[in-house]
Amino acid sequence: MSATSPAPTVVSVTGLRKSFGEREVLRGIDLDVAAGEVVCVIGPSGSGKSTLLRCVNLLEQPTSGRIDLLGVEVTDPDVDIDRVRTHVGMVFQQFNLFAHRTVLDNCTIAQRGVLRRSRAEAERVALANLERVGLADRAQAMPAQLSGGQQQRVAIARALSMDPMLMLFDEPTSALDPELVGDVLGVMRDLADAGMTMIVVTHEMAFAREVGDRVVFMDDGVVVESGPADRVIGAPTEERTRAFLQRVLDPTHQHPGA
Amino acid sequence: MTTAPQTLQMPPGRRRTSPRTRARLTRAVQYVVLAAALLAVAFLTDWSKVGEQLFDPTVAADLASRMPRGLWNTVRYTLGAFAVGLPLGAVLALMKLSSVAPYRWIATAYIEFFRGIPALLVVLSVGFAVPIAFGVNIPSMLAKASIALGVVSAAYIAETLRAGIEAVPKGQVEAARSLGMSHGRTLAQVVVPQAFRIVLPPMTNEIILLTKDTSLVFLLGMLVTEYDLTKIGRDALNSAQGGLTALFVAGACYLLITLPLGQLTRWLERRTSTKGRGK
Repeated sequence: MSATSPAPTVVSVTGLRKSFGEREVLRGIDLDVAAGEVVCVIGPSGSGKSTLLRCVNLLEQPTSGRIDLLGVEVTDPDVDIDRVRTHVGMVFQQFNLFAHRTVLDNCTIAQRGVLRRSRAEAERVALANLERVGLADRAQAMPAQLSGGQQQRVAIARALSMDPMLMLFDEPTSALDPELVGDVLGVMRDLADAGMTMIVVTHEMAFAREVGDRVVFMDDGVVVESGPADRVIGAPTEERTRAFLQRVLDPTHQHPGA
Repeated sequence: MTTAPQTLQMPPGRRRTSPRTRARLTRAVQYVVLAAALLAVAFLTDWSKVGEQLFDPTVAADLASRMPRGLWNTVRYTLGAFAVGLPLGAVLALMKLSSVAPYRWIATAYIEFFRGIPALLVVLSVGFAVPIAFGVNIPSMLAKASIALGVVSAAYIAETLRAGIEAVPKGQVEAARSLGMSHGRTLAQVVVPQAFRIVLPPMTNEIILLTKDTSLVFLLGMLVTEYDLTKIGRDALNSAQGGLTALFVAGACYLLITLPLGQLTRWLERRTSTKGRGK
């Protein structure tokens, strides 16, 4: 859309540090995400990538550093975080659908309570988003009656029902059976194609490469390498990135010497 | 490359009994033990004495007319105590989960104290110590019973509620907060409804225990119209006939209250099931 002027910055992270007790999980992270950009964060487990994502919408309180989200400094102690979160969708590894509510209620509860939409309006928006993830026919089901892949797609529809300006995905396919991963990744790809700004923590290298505009490789609490998806995954310059990709893309270690 | 033979070599010698046969034998033994125990009880019981000392039909029929009032009083005392215990317990549970440390200390002290002392002492205190200490005289029997048993049950209810709230997965809270829902709204719409289901069975226990604890209110001194089930039963013991019959009748009346309660809980549990309604 904005071919002439550069896209505005949606997320800006500067010098972010986070400690859990003695253990420092994030050790100085800088990251900017522009509107419409899809940033995939990869790295070994324990590298701090999930913590980074959870710091962005303050599910974890940063120890130091600054985060600006949609022009609001969320690290300001007096920020109205509930208001900011309304515009930031989050999808969790374990789906976290409200177990006591139907699929439709899951998608309307925050619309009605937080955005103050009428029941009719909220249900219209919810059904449109369930349609988008291919589950409009399951609107009256309880979450426990759905497969993992379906639950995760409902979770995406729930987040989208708030009309977010940014979506955060925290390993959205890691808890799924392999044959269900594709449905969820497909929905995420459609979302990216529609221009949604996304930060995706993932182990799906094919997704990162095909859908991601940019890939950030993290290890041990720092950003080791960052750049266009093709370059970071196809031709990494850092030794740690190479070693990680080697393990992920070739898990059976048929050629350990390579 | 040669392959080793792929047949399992069973150990030589006598064939062992198969697990299935052994399971069958164990079951048979259990049935025999059960039957023997029932027969022993039947033979050792002196049935003629039972008929006259423990369950005398004429005495039971005589008592029946007085039981409805006792039943009603017991239910009233139970509901009154629960009406005090539930709100107080809920406040204590929230205090225990509070980020304000003194609230947590107060709640902990309250719970440890009232869980630790016999309910009998609390009933006596409300009946006699409180009027002396504060110069107030609680006129109504129902109020006295409700306060005495309510403050005790609040301690147990607080712990039950706290455990229920903490048993709701953290991810549920995170999902609600990430949608912009405030702390209070998350508690009201996501945490409490799910905690309710978790808390149902222990809360039923609580009410059943409370029902039986109402037998302590006789200590407060009652008018005949205020008699609960146990008091009526104990009084009837003094009559010449029937031996312990009155107590057995009173006991059966407690079951009239507690058995439907269990039924109600199971119904509520089914109704609030997260695995889809009905079907």
